[in-house]
Amino acid sequence: MPGNNTAPTALATLLALYRTMCRIRAFEDAAEVASQGGVAAFGQKQDTSVAVRGPLHLSTGQEAVAAGVCAHLRPSDYLTSTHRGHGHTIAKGAELGRMFQELFGKATGYCGGRGGSMHIADFSVGMLGANGVVAAGIPIAVGAAQSIRIRRTDAIAVSFFGDGALNRGPFAESLNWAAAFGLPLLFVCEDNQWSATTRTDAMSAGGGAAERARSYGVPAVEVDGNDVAAVHAAAGRLVEEIRAGAGPRLLHARTYRFSGHVSVDPAAYRDPDELAAALADDPLERARRLLADAGATAGQADTIMAEARAEVEAALASAAAAPWPEDAAAFEQVQDEGSGRWT
Amino acid sequence: MDVTTTDTTTVATMSYAAAAADALARKMRTDPAVVALGEDLGRGGIFGQYQGLQAEFGAERIIDTPISEATIVGAAVGMALTGLKPVVEMRVVDFALCAMDEIVNQAAKNRFMFGGQGRVPAVIRMPIGIWTASAAQHSQSLESWFAHIPGLVVMTPATAQDNHALLRAAIDCGDPVAYLEHKELWGLEDEVDPAATATIGRARIVRPGTDLTIVSWSKAVHDATAAAATLAEAGIAAEVIDLRTLWPWDRDTVLDSAGRTGRVLVVHEAVQVAGFGAEIAATVAEHTGAKVARLGAPRSPVAYSPPLEVLARIAPQQIVARARELMDRR
Repeated sequence: MPGNNTAPTALATLLALYRTMCRIRAFEDAAEVASQGGVAAFGQKQDTSVAVRGPLHLSTGQEAVAAGVCAHLRPSDYLTSTHRGHGHTIAKGAELGRMFQELFGKATGYCGGRGGSMHIADFSVGMLGANGVVAAGIPIAVGAAQSIRIRRTDAIAVSFFGDGALNRGPFAESLNWAAAFGLPLLFVCEDNQWSATTRTDAMSAGGGAAERARSYGVPAVEVDGNDVAAVHAAAGRLVEEIRAGAGPRLLHARTYRFSGHVSVDPAAYRDPDELAAALADDPLERARRLLADAGATAGQADTIMAEARAEVEAALASAAAAPWPEDAAAFEQVQDEGSGRWT
Repeated sequence: MDVTTTDTTTVATMSYAAAAADALARKMRTDPAVVALGEDLGRGGIFGQYQGLQAEFGAERIIDTPISEATIVGAAVGMALTGLKPVVEMRVVDFALCAMDEIVNQAAKNRFMFGGQGRVPAVIRMPIGIWTASAAQHSQSLESWFAHIPGLVVMTPATAQDNHALLRAAIDCGDPVAYLEHKELWGLEDEVDPAATATIGRARIVRPGTDLTIVSWSKAVHDATAAAATLAEAGIAAEVIDLRTLWPWDRDTVLDSAGRTGRVLVVHEAVQVAGFGAEIAATVAEHTGAKVARLGAPRSPVAYSPPLEVLARIAPQQIVARARELMDRR
């Protein structure tokens, strides 16, 4: 694949990428534990005593895409994400403590406890929100990119979306719009092969994200999304082109979702061999091999993961200790005119 | 009247469409963050409400877009979150149904859902009402849909003066606004003071009266006013209230009037069932001893053929008849 024909990635870069991946993995692992029984779905009863309630969409196994792309972004660049957005948010620079506080529904979380996992966001680092609606973040990134153009800043916009989003209208509209206006926007299809609980290829026509992009005149690159060096190299070239004013680009990164659609989904609908093959292609293990090839010791990699786990433990503790929101927060920041209960 | 004059030098007769164009132009001259986007804006918009604006402000700020309603509104959300104040054109409210996720899930909820990290100061213009001979998909009045959604401000200007003052208030208000002009008021002319300001949530008493209160908005205000003139000939003094904004709506003015007249008739062009008139009627019933009645359209799509289309309209004589029924009620 074109994205793989790259010069070796420098050790310092690989270490930084691996650190981001470890922080995402550690976050997702801890979130999964904290959410067990937290949602009534897939035949399970809801345990309302668990810390992280409601649908929790984990990006475990997809870490290389978030890390490889976001390594090229500045805080002034804008990002929109999906319901599976923890990794993107971490890679864009959010703090794990405030993220866990949000997942716990606490007042000090990024959204004051109003959003939770599906609406995780840190606007202060340009992360304009995960989204509960498939493909809905893409037009928002289009607008951010057009705003960049109008306001004459040097930022770019990036939108992550899954393979399921390819079959929603806003994806097609946005590809056309971004190309027609030549906007500074990177589309990133994080293809985990599953649209909720159905295989995407079972209900999708044509050649996928890159082919659809090219049909609109948007140059596209396909890359092994479990190879963080390949993602990093491919995204780097695309971001460079976008910053140079070349217009929108699309990156199609093929990866795999280790868990079910939501954390309580046992995903029994998947072929065990398919899952086993994916687990054997763990992007973190592949990153460790890249690190070894570049001269890092196993101890260095182990330390990075241990630090990530420790950071997550501290983040969890901060969330457990954080205060609940006051009741008034249920009716605040709705709108200036006409707010209140009206009952 | 809460329209207060701060500058009397530029009062002029304007159409409802020209007033909107003038209001937007004034905001764009003073605030570089204001942009407009939608289909056919460069040619002035299909009702002339953007006439001359692209020539003055250029194609980068008066943006002609593809026919992509979802992305028009979605992009406006992205613009609003990143420092712009977009004015969005949907042509007719019927087409905004292609952008309901973007209006309801994205624009309306952003500020609350993300804990106030961002705001969406976007004005979404969606002309409502029957547009003669345009049939069922170009003739709806869907204001109650938007009033039902927390996070949205809903405005329904009935006059050229209000289309000027309310549009400026909408651009300034900082939250997403469902701005619902009427498809058949574009040519309506009245005296417009471009410096007059409107207060969001403040109704206008169009005609004072003592016997009953008629509450309305948008084009139906003019039908209610005509009906009040007919009722006056029969010795019935109807007070006509133009709500001007449906969310928030001016409960104080309506309840005060209800307390004085003891009878309230709510009139709107939208389908009567589950219309916003039901909210007003219920509120009046809960808070006063006034007798209440509603008059809205039958629950049927608007038909094309002239003898059928007219059956979906609310005419002054129907308002007169319903008002007389209310006066006769014991």
